Amino acid sequence: MIDSSTAILPALDGPRGQAVFQARGITKVYRMGEVEVQALRGVDLDLFPSEFVVLLGPSGSGKSTLLNILGGLDVPTSGTVRYQNHDLSAENDALLTRYRRQHVGFVFQFYNLIPSLTARENVALITEIAANPMPPEEALALVGLSERMNHFPSQMSGGEQQRVAIARAIAKRPDVLLCDEPTGALDVTTGIVVLDVIARVNRELGTTTVVITHNAVIAGMADRVITLSDGRIVAQKSNAAKRSARELVW
Amino acid sequence: MSVLDRKVLRDLWQMRGQALAIALVMACGVAAFVMSLSMLHALENTQERYYEDYQFPHIFVHLKRAPRTLLERLVTVPGVSQAQARIVEDVTLDMPALAEPAVGRLISLPEHGEARMNRLYLRRGRWLEPGRSEEVLANEAFAEAHGLHPGDSLVAIINGRRQQLRIVGVVLSPEYIYQIRPGDMLPDAKRFGVLWMNETDLAAAFDMEGAFNDLTLRLMPGAPEPEVIRRIDRLTADYGSLGAYGRTDQTSNLFISNELRQLRSMALIVPIIFLAVAAFLMNIVITRLIGTQREQIATLKAFGYSRVEIGWHYLKMVLVLVVLGSVLGTAVGTWMGAGMTALYTRFFHFPVLRYRLDPPVIGLGFLACAASAVGGALGAVRRAVRQPPAEAMRPEPPQSFRPTVIERLGFERFFSPALRMILRQMERRPLRALLSALVIALATAILVVGDFVGGSVQYALDTYFHLAQRQDVTVLFGEPSEGRVVYDLGHLPGVRSCESFRNVPARLHFGPRSRRLVIQGVERQGELNRLIDFHQQPLVVPAQGLVLSRKLAELLDAHVGDALTVEVLEGLRPVREVLVVGVMEDFFGTNAYMERTALNRLMREGPLVSGAYLAVDSARLTELYDKLKHCPGVAVVVVKEAALKSFEDTIAENLLIIKSFMVVFACIIAFGVVYNSVRITLAERARELATLRVIGFTRAEVSRILLGELAVLTVLAIPGGLWLGHALAELDTLVNDTELFRLPLWIEPSTYGFAVVVTLSAALVSGLIVRRQIDRLDLVSVLKTKE
Ligand SMILES: Nc1ncnc2c1ncn2[C@@H]1O[C@H](COP(=O)(O)OP(=O)(O)O)[C@@H](O)[C@H]1O
Ligand SMILES: [Mg+2]
Repeated sequence: MIDSSTAILPALDGPRGQAVFQARGITKVYRMGEVEVQALRGVDLDLFPSEFVVLLGPSGSGKSTLLNILGGLDVPTSGTVRYQNHDLSAENDALLTRYRRQHVGFVFQFYNLIPSLTARENVALITEIAANPMPPEEALALVGLSERMNHFPSQMSGGEQQRVAIARAIAKRPDVLLCDEPTGALDVTTGIVVLDVIARVNRELGTTTVVITHNAVIAGMADRVITLSDGRIVAQKSNAAKRSARELVW
Repeated sequence: MSVLDRKVLRDLWQMRGQALAIALVMACGVAAFVMSLSMLHALENTQERYYEDYQFPHIFVHLKRAPRTLLERLVTVPGVSQAQARIVEDVTLDMPALAEPAVGRLISLPEHGEARMNRLYLRRGRWLEPGRSEEVLANEAFAEAHGLHPGDSLVAIINGRRQQLRIVGVVLSPEYIYQIRPGDMLPDAKRFGVLWMNETDLAAAFDMEGAFNDLTLRLMPGAPEPEVIRRIDRLTADYGSLGAYGRTDQTSNLFISNELRQLRSMALIVPIIFLAVAAFLMNIVITRLIGTQREQIATLKAFGYSRVEIGWHYLKMVLVLVVLGSVLGTAVGTWMGAGMTALYTRFFHFPVLRYRLDPPVIGLGFLACAASAVGGALGAVRRAVRQPPAEAMRPEPPQSFRPTVIERLGFERFFSPALRMILRQMERRPLRALLSALVIALATAILVVGDFVGGSVQYALDTYFHLAQRQDVTVLFGEPSEGRVVYDLGHLPGVRSCESFRNVPARLHFGPRSRRLVIQGVERQGELNRLIDFHQQPLVVPAQGLVLSRKLAELLDAHVGDALTVEVLEGLRPVREVLVVGVMEDFFGTNAYMERTALNRLMREGPLVSGAYLAVDSARLTELYDKLKHCPGVAVVVVKEAALKSFEDTIAENLLIIKSFMVVFACIIAFGVVYNSVRITLAERARELATLRVIGFTRAEVSRILLGELAVLTVLAIPGGLWLGHALAELDTLVNDTELFRLPLWIEPSTYGFAVVVTLSAALVSGLIVRRQIDRLDLVSVLKTKE
């Protein structure tokens, strides 16, 4: 096992300029009664503008925990996280809410659409509170769902629902797109369509993107692949040439 | 409309059954509130305006005969702003439609100019013209009861002479808004009429020229009423005053105050019950809704919706229901209020009693409704907005179950697996199960209260008018008469037996408290007028001392053994100490009884009597009435049965209306809780039930598990509901514990039966409605979706 603190100290000033995220020594401990679960055991991480990062690792290794902390859904037990000039490690609900509202787009494994709203309305839900959104129709067109705008989630397939979720995440033109196992509930072909959409958004909108998966094949799409195990970063690898989703072999 | 608001409406539509059930319960509360409060306002405002505009007096005195010159001294009493002297005499009326004599109260009107107080409202016809001795104005209730119009005539027996009177106008007086002859228990518009005549003619007929026998006073604002009364008493004592009294003792006013008091407690108690139930239902429904939307809430948070926005989102759902319930409740309350007001006009005669819906009442109803609903939902909403978003994304841990207490005690072998599931579910959420049972119990209790009043009133009427008062006719003499008059009465046609009594107006003083009333001197071994208490036990009047109504004893704060100061307001006006020897639980009025000869001794008089009770052979009633109409000493004849009958009819109608409301209310409550409980259990246990279906349970079996919980709850709730009904009935009797009437806590077994049957039916029907929905639900598809 490699010691994360020495082995992979990322350059503070990388090829892509100033890091947007700076995480230093973050740990996360969950307490459930008597039991303590150490989900993160000291993670240092920098993410750069427009970077496409894939987080790999076995189940329970702390990927979601890390992503939630980056997305301001949760705060670390110790250590610091900064997004540009936002301090994400302070437990300040109002600040974190503003951060999420202005900068972050989420995509979850189970889509998490509001079942009582149509595709367009699910997207509009977010654009209504964003500062500089694209029209919901445009976001849905980006994911190739213009036709199904007025359908309710229950009337769509899993892949379609996940594309709506992506449209919802990108419609506000977020600075960061965080995807937690976006293909986890999808079959291979649908998964590729969804990944393709994410990659295109990263490319065309220049959104810093983090995608969690435990499917190593997907890693081929990334600029950088970070592997977590037992709450630590155990490997990092930069891809010289990214492959597109369609070229991936599952 | 924002997308989130659209979600509010769609979510509500999704759970429309539950939403409707809650809105209906709220509507009941708001309806009761709006109805009673707007009636209260209508009645209060109308009364106040009427009293002011028509110069209702503050102080009343009836006396034997006083010279008009006394008036000048009366107005010098500090605090008195005006005084008016009148002549008031009761005479016998011979109405063509009635065999029995009716009582006519003749009241003098000044020949010139308007009366200063108790001004009349002319409904029809014209005012009296001076010098026309045969002209009278008749009060509306009496005129209507007899179909009399201006131009019609009637016959009064004045000083033994039949005299034709011609009605020229039909009027209303603030003194007789509730028209009952003072001293009577029941209103009887047919047998008691008030007639106004020119003063000169009335004075001439009763030999009252330059004199008066009735006095009314208006006070200056802030005048100390008790002090004025004391001074007026001193000035009028020599003229046979029956004691001055204020508005609180004025009969008509007393009845109105009593009604207002009841409306006030109704405006408070009933809405509280309903809104509490609504708050509870709101709580379980919103808790469940937020439970199922855990992940939606987390998603909204992930995308930057703030706590306030999310909390507000759920409160909006609550408020939509509040608006729905309030609007519906206000509409129904207005409708009910208008109907009840129409009923009121039968008892209360105002120039106009207009039912008006005032905006503050609506606003207050809405606020109360909103407060209860938000109160019910707030806990759940607060928990929802506080939930850390990352946590909410994780699936909820499986609910922990354990064997129930009963099972742990080793009774499990008696239970089927289905029953065990039911019991465990109930034990897992004991508070919710308890509250659901409580609400069902409340429905039962409301039914008990709605039904018991009828039986209870009937019990009181039967006890008083049949067991205690066994006479057919009561005769009151104009003056206390020698006891032998009774023998003469005994020889009138048809009279089977005859029993005399002595009534003495007096003030009872005890410590700082005092009451003005009539001490009733009754025969010791009376057969016609007996003292019968709440338990229908006859009471023998002790040879000495006073027996008081329990209510009177309370008002005086006197107990058995206390010595009261009796200030007699008649004859030699002795002031004596008399012991309280008994306190009796009775139903009507505030009574003080004494043995008749003891009362005669107290009065230092011979065996005088004030009147007699007669038991009469019904075949010869007409003959008797005819004689009584022309008996010179007889001032008033009261016929019991006729008054009782007409009262029973009206009250029965009122009670039926109230009972119908209660039944509807109770059914709505029962439906609200049964329907919502089942829907929520269904939502919570859909997967479990679907699994049962998959492994081969039939729909009926699955429904049974679901509805079984409610069946168990309902069966457990009913005994509690009957007990609670008893408690609420007791509360009702406390609210109705007034000087005028005391509702006995008498609950017929049939009332309990009625409550049980209606509760079970309501639960059953609600269960069947939900069951149809369970059958239609595709439980198996539930399994395919993620938890
Ligand atoms: N809210 C929580 N409460 C308790 N334990 C948690 C919570 N969230 C995550 N964990 C635990 O932390 C560890 C890391 O979880 P997670 O970050 O979800 O892993 P991954 O996404 O890589 O599968 C796991 O052992 C998980 O059980
Ligand atoms: Mg995970």
